[in-house]
Order: sequence, then structure tokens, then C-alpha cells
Amino acid sequence: MRGAPQLSFGFLVNSNSAGGIGPAIQGTLILIGLTSLFGIPVGILSGIYLAEFGNNKYATAMRSINDVLTEFPSIIVGITAYGVIVIAIIGHYSAIAGAIALSFILIPIVARTTEESLKLVPNSVREASLALGAHKWRTTLSVVLPTAKAGLLTGTLLAVARIAGETAPLIMTILGNRYFFQGLNQPMAALPLEIWRASLQPQASLQAQGWGAALILILMVLSLNIIVRVATRGRLKR
Amino acid sequence: MTSTNTNLEKVVDNNLKMHSIDLNAWFGVKQALKNVNINIKANAVTAIIGPSGCGKSTFIRCLNRMHELTPNAKMTGQILLDGQDIYDKQVDPVQVRRRVGMVFQKPNPFPTMSIYDNVAAGLRLTGTKKGKNLDNVVRSSLEKATLWDEVKDELKKPGTSISGGQQQRLCIARAIALQPEVILMDEPCSALDPIATAKIERLVVELKRDYTVAIVTHNMQQASRVSDFTAFMYLGSLIEFGPTRDIFESPKNPLTEKYITGEFG
Repeated sequence: MRGAPQLSFGFLVNSNSAGGIGPAIQGTLILIGLTSLFGIPVGILSGIYLAEFGNNKYATAMRSINDVLTEFPSIIVGITAYGVIVIAIIGHYSAIAGAIALSFILIPIVARTTEESLKLVPNSVREASLALGAHKWRTTLSVVLPTAKAGLLTGTLLAVARIAGETAPLIMTILGNRYFFQGLNQPMAALPLEIWRASLQPQASLQAQGWGAALILILMVLSLNIIVRVATRGRLKR
Repeated sequence: MTSTNTNLEKVVDNNLKMHSIDLNAWFGVKQALKNVNINIKANAVTAIIGPSGCGKSTFIRCLNRMHELTPNAKMTGQILLDGQDIYDKQVDPVQVRRRVGMVFQKPNPFPTMSIYDNVAAGLRLTGTKKGKNLDNVVRSSLEKATLWDEVKDELKKPGTSISGGQQQRLCIARAIALQPEVILMDEPCSALDPIATAKIERLVVELKRDYTVAIVTHNMQQASRVSDFTAFMYLGSLIEFGPTRDIFESPKNPLTEKYITGEFG
């Protein structure tokens, strides 16, 4: 609530030098977008594999690796991304490195929740489809996935909300930037970074900016939640 | 070879639709079926009765290759459909299931689909879309399942919004829509009240004009009311098989007699 007085249109769109957090909001949106683009398809496909075709030792191995990754400390993910992408591949801090690091946090969560929600679909529904002479993949795609839709959306959303607030991997990958987006291979700003930086500042005005950024981040995650709630409710009513 | 030949002759002679030869089935190490030989005649209702766990559901799940979908399940022996072994390597199980439809114990309409879409599901999922004809197929399937009059004004409602008995008839309509040759029913009435049961039983008798029906039931009155042939199974073995009247009025095996008179089971 201490962030509330900060809120104004200018605060949302101006750059840091003009007293706004525009670059951080833009950066976070780009990060969420990129990470979702990489992470959600991979996560959902892995979840489908584990739930519907996961009756073999590869899947068992995959499942335990996935479990380990889910609980992985995010700072370790950040350091790994720093070592592999920032130093070895690109050579400097970049937005894309941040998105890749966040994907490694997102994918296991999405895979896990996808697997769990597909397992909640009663077997009788699968059998009904198979007994009609539908192929296994068709059954998964047209019958099982729609039945588990609400669970998939919720799980994916929770994972996105989780990565939206991640700070540690970003320190090691996108570094932060006082300016608006300058390219995927350049350092970029993000809300969690902005909050972290501001909290270390001695000036009260900069700290206040941090409070404002925190409020915006919370509001973003909350509205994401509400949007998906409304969307799933509409679908289920039909 | 000779046995196969005589079996083929039988197919022609007795108008057999399906036919199991020395069928054995296992779940893991537990044997569920032991050398079961049952003939299923075309355009007739064959009932399979027996106490719980006798393998009757396993048997009909072998008839459309649903058994093999259970983890650790295996089987040996042959099942002939119109004289062709459906477990032959060249036979696609998906094709078998299109010719041999199935209705399950608990009504299982697709929860995300409307009544209309449920009936159309088989055609859509198997890619045999019929375009404008779809409306007609849905209507005639629902009519055959004696459900049309009850749902014709609410085809857009979810398939799970109607009563249990109606849902079961919806599942029968869904199976009919694919125009299978054989319809298997696995205790289709066990989750239903007596009135809904009576409707399904009437429907089963109707269905044999166009289809071959095999029905598993633990209700002996039901078997005697709807079926032309009855197979009595016990502990995975076929004990007795014959015309329903013979089984119920003059059983040859003392075990059958005991079961039918209610001494065990």
C-alpha cells in the first residue's frame, strides 16, 4: 500500500530518468512473453507424455529429474545460465538469457501440473474414446485435454505468476537496464530487479519507486489470475 | 489347421459373427480366462453371466481388443470376426474397435461435449466426417437408442446434464452412430434404476435386428429376458453355453444349476 501514492500514468510509462518504471514493466512483459513462448509448449508436451504415454523407464527417469528441477533453488538456475549462456554463448548479459533461465523454472512446474490434471481425467473417458475406434493421440488431443482444460490453465498460470516474481536468475542474466528494450541480446530491465535495486538505495524517493514497482507486480499477477478465472468459468458453463 | 477349417465351416453354417478359440487372458500373473470358447451368433443377443470376478468383463474386452490397453494384460488364443482373426498382426486394433462397439458399466459421456457432440464424437474422432449428413446420423442414432424424443430440444446441453439412464442410452447412441457390426455391453444396467433398466433391456432386444449384441450381466433375470444364448462362466472358465432357455430350464452342469437357482454367486 505504500506504493499507492506513486501510481500515476507517468510512473507506468516513463523511463527511470523521468521518475518512472516503464522499462521495468516492459521488460517483465517481454520476459513473461518469451518464457511462456519457450516454456509452456515444452512443459505441456512433457506433461502429456508423462501422463498418457509415461508407462516406461524413460518417463520414470524424466519424472524424477522433473521433480528435482521443480525444487531447484532459482539462484542456481541463474548461476548456471550465467555460466553457460551469458559467459560462454553470448558473452554478455541479455534478455534472452533471462528468458531461458526462467524457462527452466517454468517447464518443470507446467509439466508437473499438466501431468497431475491429466491424471484426474477418469479412465472411463479415455476408454470411451478408444472404444469408438479413436487413435490414442486423437483421444489425448480431442477428449482428454479438453476435459482437463481448467486444470491446465490454472497450472500454467501459477507457473507464469511464479516466474514473474523471480529475481535471483535475473540478476545473473538480464542484469537490469535504465532504458527501454534495446534488443534480445542486450541487458533488460524487469520489475523484480527494479524492486531489489530500489530497496538498496538510500534515497527515500528511489525507495518509494520500489514500493510502486512492487504494487504493480502484485497487480499484474493478480489480474492474470482473474483473467484466467473468468475465462475458465465461461468455458465450463457452455 | 484342421481346427481352423472346421471353424470356418461353422461360420458359414451357423451364421456366427464372432468366435473365440482357446482364449486365455492374464492380468500380470493372475489368469483371468482359461481356454474360453464362445460363439456369438449374428443378429442375436448373447448373454454372459457368472459371479463377480469370473472373467466375463475380461472376455468381452478381448472381443474388441480393449483388454490389451490394461497395463500388464496379455492374452493368447484367437478371436474371429467374420472368420478373420482380429489379433492377426496385420489387423489394426483401432479398426476392430470401429466394427465392434462397446457400452460400459458406468455411463461415460464425454463431459466437455454436448449431447449432439457426444453422438457425433465417434465420427469426428475417427475422421469419418459426414458433412451435412451428420445431423441425420445423430438423429437416427438417438432414435435407435430411443432417446430422441427426450432430448431433441436440448441437443446443445452437456451430455452429463441428463439422467443416468438417459446417459447410458446416449452412450449406446454414440456407439450406434459409427454403425458397428457388433455391440458389446459390459453390465450396462448395473448403475441404473429399474425403470431405466427396463428401457435399456427393451432397447437391447430392438438392437439385435440390426446388430449382433453381447451383453455381460450379473442379473440372471436380465439374461433370461433379453438374450437368445447364454454363457455361464466361473473362475475364468466357460462352464456351460447354449440357448438361453436350455441354460435356464435344463442346465446340464450342476454348477450352472446351482448358480441359476441362487445357491451361490
